[in-house]
Amino acid sequence: MIKTEVTIAGVTFKNPVMEGSGTFGSGMEYSEFVDLNRLGAVVTKGVANVPWPGNPTPRVCEVYGGMLNAIGLQNPGIEVFCERDLPFLSNYDTKVIVNVCGRSVEDYIEVVERLSDEPRADMLEINVSCPNVKEGAIAFGTDPSALSNITKEIKAHTKKPVIMKLTPNVTNIAEMAKVAEDAGADAISLINTITGMKIDIERRKFALANKTGGMSGPAIKPIAVRMVYQASHAVKIPVIGMGGIATAEDAIEFMMAGATAVSVGMMNFVNPYATVECVEGIEDYLERHGITNINEIIGCVE
Amino acid sequence: MKKKTEGRVLSRKCLAPGIFDLEIETCLAADAKAGQFVGVYTKDASALLPRPISICGVSDDKKSIRLVYRVAGKGTEEFSHLKEGDDVTLLGVLGNGYDTEKIKTLGNSDTPVRALLLGGGIGVPPMLELSKELSAAGVKVISVMGYRNSDTFLLDEFKKYSDTYVASEDGSVGTKGNVLDAVRENGIDFDCICACGPMPMLRAIKEFAGEKTAFISLEERMACGVGACLGCVVKTAHEDPHSHVKNARICTDGPVFEASEVEI
Repeated sequence: MIKTEVTIAGVTFKNPVMEGSGTFGSGMEYSEFVDLNRLGAVVTKGVANVPWPGNPTPRVCEVYGGMLNAIGLQNPGIEVFCERDLPFLSNYDTKVIVNVCGRSVEDYIEVVERLSDEPRADMLEINVSCPNVKEGAIAFGTDPSALSNITKEIKAHTKKPVIMKLTPNVTNIAEMAKVAEDAGADAISLINTITGMKIDIERRKFALANKTGGMSGPAIKPIAVRMVYQASHAVKIPVIGMGGIATAEDAIEFMMAGATAVSVGMMNFVNPYATVECVEGIEDYLERHGITNINEIIGCVE
Repeated sequence: MKKKTEGRVLSRKCLAPGIFDLEIETCLAADAKAGQFVGVYTKDASALLPRPISICGVSDDKKSIRLVYRVAGKGTEEFSHLKEGDDVTLLGVLGNGYDTEKIKTLGNSDTPVRALLLGGGIGVPPMLELSKELSAAGVKVISVMGYRNSDTFLLDEFKKYSDTYVASEDGSVGTKGNVLDAVRENGIDFDCICACGPMPMLRAIKEFAGEKTAFISLEERMACGVGACLGCVVKTAHEDPHSHVKNARICTDGPVFEASEVEI
């Protein structure tokens, strides 16, 4: 019997495969394609204290080997989320990680406190890394003292395990990982998207209304693997790795770099079955290599 | 039930410069209807996202769909080289489609409902399947299709299901101008409008419709096509049950909307 469970901050996941926040809604849309019970966790789209309208369109465009997005964290607000999305997820035997966004520390705290009484929220992932909103988000993730402060504030207002989701748009990812750990984060996840730009040369216009957007997809994977390696070697807390994962082979690569769990992001849009195919592919890999416990491969490449 | 699935090209034609016609055998045809679309995948790993293409026809045996599209980038360029027998990967069926039952209720009960179908440019193809479905449902269909020039692809096929008029920007066929110029010139009367075309045309139709119901099919840059990514939204007049911020998803709440419900 092969053991595929992994544990992060006391929460045990049946397997290490999740999906990246914002690429999967709260699972409703993709439940038509995949059995959510097969996933280690559903990571929900970022939710704020009040509804956010998001950015003007066009919000997405394709780039070589990936895409840019500037959705702007459109979300219906925490009340709708608790009344609609969490009950939906209660129908499934999978862990739920709620991604939280905000413009100010107070915004984040309001959401975190609201979720404290929600048993269906197993963990919180704090988005301090979205490149597409003017206030909050990435501003907290690029400044070490701001990251430290918000991590401490959130930890002081919730008993649920806290994952800080980090941005790759920094000079030293290891330093930011250490800052989050020192401030009390139970885990970190990375990478969020890399800020990019595309210009439509026929129309002489930016492809996105927001001008810049976050790049995701297979083209960013080597950057993500490198950062997961650097971050996981800088901290003792678990790392959730993501950035261009399309297949089980990609997922295993991230785990060997040091990730305890992995998320499929943009590739859900390309292959709606990608998450479950990763779960199955990882099982095949372990069996083929005679590995009885998936934890053996985490960070195995020194 | 939506799925990603392999289809097989039954035929491929070039209808006009840059306009191609693919008949694809696929299980998605069983549930497909007018106004819906499919995502078509390239075989180029650098161009990953499915290309949304509207359904121009569903075969009578419900075993194949017809896609008529304009070459607009590297994805559609690749599709233009597909040959009979080639495999093509599809995501579908996507979108809400036109509500034939609702359209049937929009006239006075004494005479058949008169639906005015307006298609502009690459907005013409989805109107063909709609004209077929509406005429089969007992609706009186009047089609007014607008083109750039005399390359009036699909126009003859509308005549089977509808009274057909044409407008061309250069005046080479039919009314010189746009579809609304042709509607006015021919004094066409109607109970409701169904339209697909470029945004300026849809804005003009929204205004032209006045008190009458107009269903318009919208287009936007899409990523997932299934309602998860929130990339392709349109501002709406009323709060919708999904977004709660008056942002409907074109890929799933649409692409067909009542014009009065969207702010375009």
